[in-house]
Amino acid sequence: MDASVSSKATANTFEADVREIVTAKYVRTAGESDAVAGAQPSLIVEPGSEQELAKMLKLANTVGLAVIPRGGGTKLEWGNRPERADVILSMARLNRVIEHAWADLTVSVEAGCTIGKLQETLAKHGQRLALDALWPERATVGGVLSTNDSGALRLRFGSLRDLVIGVTLALADGTVASSGGRVVKNVAGYELPKLVTGALGTLGIITRAFFRLHPLPKETRTISCATADVREAQRLMLAIQNSKLAHSALQICCGAEMQPRVDVLFEGTEAGLTAQVEQVKSMMGSTITDAGKDVWSARQEICSAGKKGNAEFAVAKFATLPAQMAETTETIARLSVATLRWSIVAQATGVGWARFEGETAAIESGLRELRAEIERGGGSLVIAHRPAGISALDAWGNAADALPLMRAVKWQFDPRGTLNPGRFVGGI
Amino acid sequence: MESRIFDELREIVGPRGLITSREELHTYECDGLTNFRVLPRAVLLPDSTEQVQKIVRVCHRDRIPFVARGSGTGLSGGALPVENGVVISLTRMNKILEVDFANARVVVEPGVINLDVTGRVAPQEYFYAPDPSSQSVCSIGGNVAENSGGAHCLKYGFTTTHVLGLEVVLADGSLVHLGGKTLDAPGYDLMGVFVGSEGTLGIATKIILRIVKRPECVRTLLAAFPSTNEAGAAVSDIIAAGMLPAAIEMMDNLAIQAAEAAVHANYPNCGALLLVELDGPAAEVAALMAHVQEICRKNNAWEIRVAQSDAERALVWKGRKAAFAAMGRISPNYIVQDGVIPRTALPNVMREIGRLSAEAGLRVANVFHAGDGNLHPLVLYDRRIPGHEEAAEALSSRILELCIAAGGSITGEHGVGEDKKKMMPKMYSEPDLETMQRVRCAFDPLQLSNPSKVFPRPRLCGEKPGEYVAHPLETAGIAERF
Repeated sequence: MDASVSSKATANTFEADVREIVTAKYVRTAGESDAVAGAQPSLIVEPGSEQELAKMLKLANTVGLAVIPRGGGTKLEWGNRPERADVILSMARLNRVIEHAWADLTVSVEAGCTIGKLQETLAKHGQRLALDALWPERATVGGVLSTNDSGALRLRFGSLRDLVIGVTLALADGTVASSGGRVVKNVAGYELPKLVTGALGTLGIITRAFFRLHPLPKETRTISCATADVREAQRLMLAIQNSKLAHSALQICCGAEMQPRVDVLFEGTEAGLTAQVEQVKSMMGSTITDAGKDVWSARQEICSAGKKGNAEFAVAKFATLPAQMAETTETIARLSVATLRWSIVAQATGVGWARFEGETAAIESGLRELRAEIERGGGSLVIAHRPAGISALDAWGNAADALPLMRAVKWQFDPRGTLNPGRFVGGI
Repeated sequence: MESRIFDELREIVGPRGLITSREELHTYECDGLTNFRVLPRAVLLPDSTEQVQKIVRVCHRDRIPFVARGSGTGLSGGALPVENGVVISLTRMNKILEVDFANARVVVEPGVINLDVTGRVAPQEYFYAPDPSSQSVCSIGGNVAENSGGAHCLKYGFTTTHVLGLEVVLADGSLVHLGGKTLDAPGYDLMGVFVGSEGTLGIATKIILRIVKRPECVRTLLAAFPSTNEAGAAVSDIIAAGMLPAAIEMMDNLAIQAAEAAVHANYPNCGALLLVELDGPAAEVAALMAHVQEICRKNNAWEIRVAQSDAERALVWKGRKAAFAAMGRISPNYIVQDGVIPRTALPNVMREIGRLSAEAGLRVANVFHAGDGNLHPLVLYDRRIPGHEEAAEALSSRILELCIAAGGSITGEHGVGEDKKKMMPKMYSEPDLETMQRVRCAFDPLQLSNPSKVFPRPRLCGEKPGEYVAHPLETAGIAERF
C-alpha cells in the first residue's frame, strides 16, 4: 500500500478521506433517486481527473466498499441488482473531447462526455462516430462502451468493438493503464478496449477512449415497405442482404398491433443513391411506404421507459441468426398471445429488441420461455428492463463453458469485487 | 523430455503425427522471420480438437511449453519454437466444416488457407475480406493469432472484424467456446482479446467467420506523383472529401523499381505511386472515382490510369503484393519493418526516415497502407559487409521509435512475437503491460502457451484466487451499510 492510502483508512473514514481527494464539493450523500436496480448507495463522488478517480477507487478498494460507475444514468438498470452498492462514481466532470484529429479520422474523448456533445464536435469537420446509441443527449461514452450499446448502423460500421481503438482504464487497485491508441491499425499487445466493451464496468473504469471515425454521409435515403407477415419480411431482408446493394442499415419492425415493416437506409452520393433506391424498390414490389427517417428511432421507442396505464413492461435484447428472425418473432407472438402486448425491432445483423407490456407474471414467464427457446437455437436474450417484481430474473442468461474463464479474468482485474459486484454474467 | 512422454504423444497422434528426427525438426525451427531459430523437441500434427486437447493436457501435466503453428508465414517470430518445448502444427486440421450463405457464416478448422475460404464461397459471389499478402498460403488459425490485416482493411476491417466465434483449447487442455454464430454472446468479449494474442492464450481449433458479398463494381486507380509528399497530400484530400476507399496503397521510388524488376507490373517510374481502389454500387464508384482523379491531378499526379478489366486490376495489385519479395532483386538482404503512424504524420516521418537512412548509409524502400497509416519500410543491406546487418537492425529499430514518437504503433499487422517484445516498453508503460498480462494470467497461469513472446518480462501468476473477502462492515456487524 502506498502513502496515498493511509493504513488507518476504513469504511468509516472513507467519506472524510475521499473529501481530501476530490474536495468536499464533489462528495454528496446519495438520495433515493440514486438507487441502482433497487440497491441504495450512500455516497456520490465526482472526481475531476483521472488521478483523483484512481485514488478514490484505490481507497474504496482498500476499505472494501463497492463502487458503481455512473455516466448519464440512462442504462443504469441494465444488469442484475448489485450485491453491494456503497459509492456512486459519477463521471460527470470527466467530460472533455480531448482531441479530434479530423485529418486522421480519430478522436480521443473523456468517458463522461455525452455522445451528443461528441457528435456535435465531430460534425464541425463533417465526421461522426458511426454509432446510433440510445438517448445520445444523455448517454456518455463510458456508459455506451460499458453496455456495448449499438443500433441499426452496426450493419455497415460494426459495433463499438469495431470503432473503439484505445482506452485508458482505472483498475480497482488504482492502476491506470492504457491499451491501443490513436491509430486505427495496431496489433501490439492485447486488445483491452474490446475486453472492457460490454463489461458493464466490472473490470475497470474507462476514463477515456479513442475512436475511429467516419465521414458524415452526403445524402441519405430511407425506404420502407409493409409486408404481409414476418416470413415475407425476413425473405425481403435476406434478399437485400444477399444483393449487391450497399445499404447502411436494414431492420424489421412489427408488433401485436403492427403489420411487419422493412426499413432500409442508404447513405452516399446522389448518383449512387438513385440507382440503389430504384433497385430496392423493384425488390419490394408495390407495398412501399414513405415512412421517412423517423423509422430509425424505433429502437429507442421500444427501450424507453414509461408505462401505459397500469401495465408493467420489460425490454430485452435478443441475438439470433438473421435467418432465424421470423421464427423468433413468431415465438414472441405465440408466447404473448392474449396476455401481453409486444413490439420488436430486429436488425439484419440478427440482433433485435423486444418490448412486452402486461401483467408482471405473464412478462416473467414470457421472458423465461423466450430465452429458453432462443438459447436452444444458439442465441441469447439479455434483459434490459424488467418490472420491479421480478428483479431476481437473471438479466444475462447463459455464458456456457466460458464462464469460469470470465470469472478468472474478473479475479485478475478486481479480486475484491469492488466494481459493480454481482451485476454481470454468472454473478460476476 | 523423457521417452515415455514421446510414447504418450505418439499414442495420441499416431506415428505419422509425431516428428522427432533432427533433420525434419529443422523445417519448424523458424517462421517467416528467419533470423531467430530454435529447434523444438518435437513437432505434433494433430488432426482433431480432441487430439489437441490430449497433447495440451500432457504438456500441462509435465509443464512442457508449446507453440501452435499454422503455415509458418508470420513475420515476427510468433511461431518460433521455445527451448525444450513442442510445436503443435495445425496444418492437418484443414477442413471447411460449414458454409451458411443465408447468414453469411463459414466455420473452419485453423489450418484452412485464407484464400481457400474465398475460393469456396466465390461461386455465390461472397468473399472472405481479410487479405494479407500471404493469403494464398497463410492459415486462418495464424490469421486469428496475429489479427492479420491486408490491403483492404481500411474499409473492411481486420481479422477480428470477421471472426464471430472460436473454439479454443486452453493451456490446461480444457475446451471453451468464445463468441458464436450469433452476435453479442453474454459476458466478456474474450474472443476479442484472443484474436491477436499471438498464441499466448491457447489454441483455436474451430473458427466461425463472417463472409461478405462481392461489391457490384471495383475500380483501381494508379497515380504517379513526383514525391511521397504530394501522394500523401492526395491521400489526406481523399479522406477529407469524406470517402472511404477499399484500399489506398503507396510505394516510393525504390519500392517501385524493385516491383518492376520482379513482376513487370508496368508501373510508371516516379517518386511515389498511389493505388486507390473503390468498390460498391457502380454509379457510386463512378462518381467517387471522378473525384479521386481530380484530387490526384490537383496534387500534381502526372500520370493517372484506371484499371478497366479484372486482368488489369490484377496486374496493378501484383506489383504491390510482390513488393516485399521483390526487394531480393535490388538487395541481397533486407528487413521488413511494420509500424503505424497517424496518417498526417507521414511527411515528417518520411523525411526522418530519409535522414536516418542517409546517416546509416543504407537504402530504405517504403511500402505503405496509406489509408490507415500502416508503414512497411524495407531496410536494405548486405550481410557480407561487416557491420551492415547490425546497422540495418539499428536503423529498423529507430524507424519504430519514430512511429512511437508520432503517436503510432510498433506493429500494425505483423505482430510483436519474439521480434518486437523489446520494443513494447517503449510503446507502453509498465502498468499498461502489467494490466495486459492479467489477461494472460487468467487464461494460462502457468504460461505454457507460446511463452516468452509478446511481453518482455512475464508476470508471475502464482497468486491463486483467495477466499471470500468479507465486507468490512459485515465483519463489524453493522447492519446498515455506512
